[in-house]
Amino acid sequence: MGANKLLPITGASKTLLIVAITIATLAGCQSTKPLYHYGSYQDNVYEHFKNEDSAVTEQIEALEKTIRDSNRNKLQVGPGIYAHLGYLYLQSGQRDTGLGYLQKEKQLYPESAKFIDFLLKNAKAGQS
Amino acid sequence: MSMLKPLVTLALLSTLAGCASTQGPMDYSAFKKSNPKSILVLPPTNHTTEVIAPYGVLATVTVPLAEAGYYVFPVALVDETFKNNGLTVAEDIHAVSPKKLNDIFGADAVLYLDIEEYGTSYAVLSSDTVVVVKARLTDSRTNEILWQGKASAASSEQNNGNGGGIVGMLVEAAVTQIMETALDTGFEIAAIASNRLLSPEAHNGLLYGPRSPKYGKDKPLK
Repeated sequence: MGANKLLPITGASKTLLIVAITIATLAGCQSTKPLYHYGSYQDNVYEHFKNEDSAVTEQIEALEKTIRDSNRNKLQVGPGIYAHLGYLYLQSGQRDTGLGYLQKEKQLYPESAKFIDFLLKNAKAGQS
Repeated sequence: MSMLKPLVTLALLSTLAGCASTQGPMDYSAFKKSNPKSILVLPPTNHTTEVIAPYGVLATVTVPLAEAGYYVFPVALVDETFKNNGLTVAEDIHAVSPKKLNDIFGADAVLYLDIEEYGTSYAVLSSDTVVVVKARLTDSRTNEILWQGKASAASSEQNNGNGGGIVGMLVEAAVTQIMETALDTGFEIAAIASNRLLSPEAHNGLLYGPRSPKYGKDKPLK
C-alpha cells in the first residue's frame, strides 16, 4: 500500500484522501495484476467434465486462443493449461502435438516434472 | 488534521471488516515448515444431490491457487489418471496413501475438498444458489495437516447492501473477468466460493506460495 504522508489538507481533498485510502485498502483484498493468463481454461475444464469426449476440437481451439491471448497480454500461461491442451490433442489422435504440449508444461513448470514424465511414459506405451 | 485521523481509521476499519471474520488466528507453523511449491487437488467428495457439483468446484480451484503462487496440477488430467487406475469414487481417492500419490504426481501438498452444499433452492419470491466447500491441505510426505478452511457463496448475497456484499461484488467482478462466458449460476457461485476459500487474502487463508511476489511475507494481523 502506498505511503500516505499527511500533507496540509483542505476539506475537499480530505474526502478524496479517505476515498483513496479506502480503495487502497480494498485493493489489499484483491491482487491488482494477475500472475497468469487463464483465458477459457476454467470453462474448458468444466465442459470437459460435463461432456467427456464431445467437442474436443472446439476446446482445442479455445485453448490455442487462450495461449495466443496470453502472449498478447504479456502474461505467462497459467499452470495446467499446456498439459490440458496436450491431453486434448492426444485424445483427438494428434499424438506429436499432444506430447509437445505436455513437454511444454514441464519446461514452464518444473514442479510438474514427475507427473508429466509419468504421462509421457504411459502415452508412449500406447495408452493416453 | 485532528478530525481526519479518526475518520481515516474508521474508513480503514470498516473496510478491513469486510475481509475478516472474527475467528482467532490460525497456527501456520506446520505450513511454513512444509513450505509447499505445488498442490495436487483431488476430486472433491460430494455431500449434495447435485452430480455436477464436483465439476463446478474442481474447474474453479486452479485460478485462486495459482494466483496464490502455487503450481496446480491439471485437474482434468489428474482425474483421468485416477480413472485409468480404477479409481472413480472421490471417497476412494481421498483414501489413497500420500506415498502412492507422491509416487505418481510428486506434489508437495495435497488438497482435499468436501462439497457440503451446491445448487439452487427455489422459493416463492426468489431463488438462491448456494455453494459451501470445506478444504484440508496436507503435506504429501508427512500427511500432516497444514491448513484448513471453509467458505460459502450465495447468489442472493449480491442483492443485500451490508458489509460483505461489497467484497462479494468485488470478488465476483474479478471472477467474471477471468471467466470468458458464464455457463450457469452454480458454476458462477462455485467460482466465488473457491476464490473465497483459497485466497490468501481471506481471514485465516492460505499462505502465499513461492511463485507469488507476496511469498514469505507474514500474514498481516487483522
